[in-house]
Amino acid sequence: MDKIKETKQKLSDISSSEYKYGFKTEIEEERLPNGLNENIIKSISKIKNEPKWLLDFRLKSYEKWKKMKEPSWQNLNYPKIDFNEICYYSSPKKKKLKSLDEVDPELLKTYDKLGIPLDEQKMLSNVAVDAVFDSVSIATTFKDTLKKAGVIFCSFSEAVIDYPDLVKKYLGTVIPSSDNYYAALNSAVFSDGSFVYIPKNTKCPMELSTYFRINAANTGQFERTLIIADDNSYVSYLEGCTAPMRDENQLHAAIVELITLDNAEIKYSTVQNWYPGDKNGKGGIYNFVTKRGHCKGANSKISWTQIETGSSLTWKYPSCILRGDNSVGEFYSVALSNNFQQADTGTKMIHLGKNTKSTIISKGISAGHGQQTYRGEVKIMKNARNARNFSQCDSILIGDNCGAHTQPYINIKNSSSKIEHEATTSKIGEDQLFYCNQRGISTENAISLIINGFCKDVFKKLPMEFAIEAQKLMEISLEGCSVG
Amino acid sequence: MLKINKLNVGVEDKTILNDINLNINKGELHVIMGRNGTGKSTLSNIIAGKEGYNIGGGKLLFNNKNLLDMSIEDRALEGIFMSFQYPVSIPGLNTMHFLRTSVNSIRKHQNKKEYTSGEFIKLFKEKLKVVGLDESFARRSVNDGFSGGEKKRFEILQMLLIEPKLIILDETDSGLDIDALKIVANGINNFKSSQNGFLLITHYYRIIEYLNPNFVHVLLDGKIVKSGDKNLALKLEKEGYGWLQK
Repeated sequence: MDKIKETKQKLSDISSSEYKYGFKTEIEEERLPNGLNENIIKSISKIKNEPKWLLDFRLKSYEKWKKMKEPSWQNLNYPKIDFNEICYYSSPKKKKLKSLDEVDPELLKTYDKLGIPLDEQKMLSNVAVDAVFDSVSIATTFKDTLKKAGVIFCSFSEAVIDYPDLVKKYLGTVIPSSDNYYAALNSAVFSDGSFVYIPKNTKCPMELSTYFRINAANTGQFERTLIIADDNSYVSYLEGCTAPMRDENQLHAAIVELITLDNAEIKYSTVQNWYPGDKNGKGGIYNFVTKRGHCKGANSKISWTQIETGSSLTWKYPSCILRGDNSVGEFYSVALSNNFQQADTGTKMIHLGKNTKSTIISKGISAGHGQQTYRGEVKIMKNARNARNFSQCDSILIGDNCGAHTQPYINIKNSSSKIEHEATTSKIGEDQLFYCNQRGISTENAISLIINGFCKDVFKKLPMEFAIEAQKLMEISLEGCSVG
Repeated sequence: MLKINKLNVGVEDKTILNDINLNINKGELHVIMGRNGTGKSTLSNIIAGKEGYNIGGGKLLFNNKNLLDMSIEDRALEGIFMSFQYPVSIPGLNTMHFLRTSVNSIRKHQNKKEYTSGEFIKLFKEKLKVVGLDESFARRSVNDGFSGGEKKRFEILQMLLIEPKLIILDETDSGLDIDALKIVANGINNFKSSQNGFLLITHYYRIIEYLNPNFVHVLLDGKIVKSGDKNLALKLEKEGYGWLQK
């Protein structure tokens, strides 16, 4: 059977939701009561048949979390989250979701406009997909092809059972559970996610992709992704997210850990399109995510590319620890806040090894009442001789009620390193709009052309299909916004 | 084609254009000359529809449609084109993509067949040659990092692709060297036909010599104080504007 057809079938099965793949009957209707305590954590661990070491990891994390305080340094305003009102585990019910029929028609319209019906969104050829629906990974496609190449790509739960040594060796090594409040929470209650291992001397034969979707009401999503690229290997990984429109806010607190060994490279791209809330700021996802890569080996490279158009709140700083000599970290970001969206996002580049290099290109777009903060840190330690960093942070404002803020931190502990930082803030100029209008281009199209131009340096870092998707997403996200 | 009748324009309390009358028919090229700050650019902005001006009465008609009721975009779709004095740059926006969006919006509005991407690339390259620009322009961003001369040529290139009916050239000759001026003038002459009309704003006789205008008007303190032919421009070039003031 041809591979694309096969994936297509599998994904249409996901969305028509009989969930025949990878689930035991007794799990199918599982939904734990709201609230967080030791028993909930034990139940999650039990449902997943986890070994004791993992349960211990969760419980220790929970103990740490209880002693921690919610961070408040970020430039985000939101009501206090009641962590006991959240459901920490929900797996798809056996009852037919009627899939797309049950999704809010507004959301469907959005996807139709995107030219990517939900069930086919990941039908791109030569992309292997792991789809996470609420708490559970539903299906991993192209498994056999990958297996032949020696690549492991499966749900996190499967990895715990099938590859315990690998998971145990690397879990929490990049982001310790005590790293921050949300990382500790995730470490205690994470339900599923994706696991990738690329063996030595292997170039992963296809793009890998995870597709996250929050569906159930009052549910938090806490997935974990762990990607290990062994010596001389390469993988490109894509992450996409959606959620239905709901009036209440939903919490998403994920962890992504990347590890590259000698001469390995991981390229991680995200198109984050969680539900941003409505025009008045009601509803939407609270996105508190910890993403970090560890360039452990010499000459290794980790590259983050993110397009953040969704979520009501975004709190996210994909970072790189550049430990191996000559290792390279990159961060390319486009973040858009329209209506009442707030984003506090950026990166950390921590240079430990010699001749390490990092590049940061961040493009922030604020429209409506949106607030946008770039927060970044470049840290060059004593032994990171000849380290280099280049940062460019540009913000663009559309209208008079939005804001853009840039907070770079630079910390250099040796004298042989070189850092460049450039920052600009501009308003979409009336002159630019006049020019486009005079050429017969409507204001709405003109804004989209100008913004896409502004983001070009980042878009071109995305794999082709994602770049097109990202452009369309920007158009939709900016629809109806005025320069006022 | 364009009828301006007793048009008064101001910004805040200040009057800029005072009882302007001007008719441009198909096949005609009109030149407006005048000192700095006499309202020449205001006149072109008003025809194009730029906001921020008070219209204190008068008529502005294009093919019998009231331009004062129309948006900038609608005027452009109807066939009005302005070559900007200072074209603004749009970083990251590819020249060819920008122009294809523009040309196809206008063609669509005028019930003409839109160009496919293949057709447009061919046409774009053809016209690049006409204005003496290199093919690498197809990969650059709109006016981004262009030299003064390149910007003006790029404006003319847009005119050639859009094929407008009324063309306003706002100091398109300023800042051009002699060779570039010839190229730009040739571009205009080749495009000029019995079906379109031109309004050229300039300070210099040089370009007028190439273009053979039907009329030359002098704008002074917001008023057209004298109209004539090419010879009027030549006289101004030699004697300046002093003799026109009482």
